[in-house]
Amino acid sequence: MRTLAKLSWVELKLFARDPMTVIFSLAFPVITFFVLSGVFGNEPETDNGDIVWRGVGPTDYYVPAYIGLVMASIGLIAVPLHLAAYREQGVLRRLRASSISLWAVLGSQVVFAVVMATIGGILITILGTLAYGTQLPDAPGQLVVAFALSASCFAAIGILLGSVLPTTRAAQGGGLILFFVMYLISGTGPPREVMTGAMQFLGDLTPLRYVIFILQDPWLGFGWDWTTYLIVAVTTVVSAVLSLRLFQWE
Amino acid sequence: MEQVITVEHLRKTYRSVVAVDDVSFEVQRNEIFGLLGPNGAGKTTTVECLQALRGPDSGRIRVLGLDPMTEAQEMRARIGSQLQESALPDRMKVWEALDLFASLTPGATDWESLMEEWGIADKRNAVFSSLSGGQRQRLLIALALVGEPEVVFLDEMTAGLDPAARRAAWDLIRAIRDHGTTVLLVTHFMDEAEHLCDRLAVVDRGRIVALDSPQGLIEEHAGTIRLTFSSDDRDLSWIEAVPHVSSLHRRGPKVEVEGIGPVLVHVAAALANHDIIPNDLRVEQPTLEDAFLAITGRRAEE
Repeated sequence: MRTLAKLSWVELKLFARDPMTVIFSLAFPVITFFVLSGVFGNEPETDNGDIVWRGVGPTDYYVPAYIGLVMASIGLIAVPLHLAAYREQGVLRRLRASSISLWAVLGSQVVFAVVMATIGGILITILGTLAYGTQLPDAPGQLVVAFALSASCFAAIGILLGSVLPTTRAAQGGGLILFFVMYLISGTGPPREVMTGAMQFLGDLTPLRYVIFILQDPWLGFGWDWTTYLIVAVTTVVSAVLSLRLFQWE
Repeated sequence: MEQVITVEHLRKTYRSVVAVDDVSFEVQRNEIFGLLGPNGAGKTTTVECLQALRGPDSGRIRVLGLDPMTEAQEMRARIGSQLQESALPDRMKVWEALDLFASLTPGATDWESLMEEWGIADKRNAVFSSLSGGQRQRLLIALALVGEPEVVFLDEMTAGLDPAARRAAWDLIRAIRDHGTTVLLVTHFMDEAEHLCDRLAVVDRGRIVALDSPQGLIEEHAGTIRLTFSSDDRDLSWIEAVPHVSSLHRRGPKVEVEGIGPVLVHVAAALANHDIIPNDLRVEQPTLEDAFLAITGRRAEE
């Protein structure tokens, strides 16, 4: 436990010294959130009579969605790149030779992902409230559950990618592609309701879609949808189990 | 003598390449034991198996009585490792690395003084990527020692160090041994092996081909001592009869005598008896390099 705490703290410090990753993980979601909110405003709209943005104001819709996007950028870009670089440079080898366990190494990545998601979430909430007067969470208790589950989900996906993508090049390329595809079709770009059938279908295959749903539901007061929670939970567990099996120290 | 490390019939292959082929040796508490051999001889693979970084194909290993295969974590908490091809995160500061690794062992050594000893105290706030090769190497050695390990594995520890830093490193390693730590040193440097190791295993093509103290290896495999001096005396053939002399060569005034053991004293005494008092009598002691060449048929540092 002490090692995990120490390693997590070191990882957060290392992250803070790496401006490129900070910018990508936090600034990109915040900036695009502002662009979209600026374009769409916060009045509920319809598209030829069909409900768009789940029937709420676009900015209210995007606040929880962009918290999901912060999680995705950490899980799809920052964590895999970090683990792959550690493997390539021989850092993992060095950690392993001391008595630092696999649990501490991977656990510190989870702590890192959750802390970053929390910082990003608070940032977006404050900016949304200040700039657009967006609503605050309707069911905070439920949101805490959804937040913890979502952040763990992308942490696990990040560790899985970091386990199977062998080099930093692969991790960077693979992570960026996955991130931008999910960004465009999972609900953080155009709302699902205006997408073509094929785009909706592909978007429904991404974990980000369901993470956004479970973050929006308590925020906007849509109640519990157990199927969505189950999908996110299963994704988390499967990713975690696979990464433990596939993880390579060198 | 207490065995700290026992290796019996260790074998490790990478696909069709046999890296380690039936290696057996023992390391006793409080000695500096060296694995000496050319690159690719299997030294690193052997110590990686000992540190539970690789699984051997067969053989039995015990480190501090523990089996690296089944008791790796327990063992790692009691050993220190300086590995080849390992690194720290680019942006990690020197003090953070020492602090992190020290936190793994309750009652770990005071890393501030370790930083002083290894000459990196002025770099305490520098990040790893900004360090020179020699500074990185010294930090990695310090990290191997920060947990006050009972056994420390050093794999090519002076690679990248300048001559002065190498000498300093040798002194520090001797001091660590004197404080009760057992050292397993992997090297391909002859001078390092000769100056530092109490016992040496010469590794060649995945096998141990000789094992003794450096002096023992030299005496057994390269015992010939060469004496040279100048003399105008016509008949020196009586020298061949001097005890321990094996051969005599003359090239003009240059005389070259080869022999073994205490040949120097006998020849010097005989010369004095014959009133031959050369002022350029020199002796060339064989080195570990000569022994290594005789054992393996090649040089390690090539």
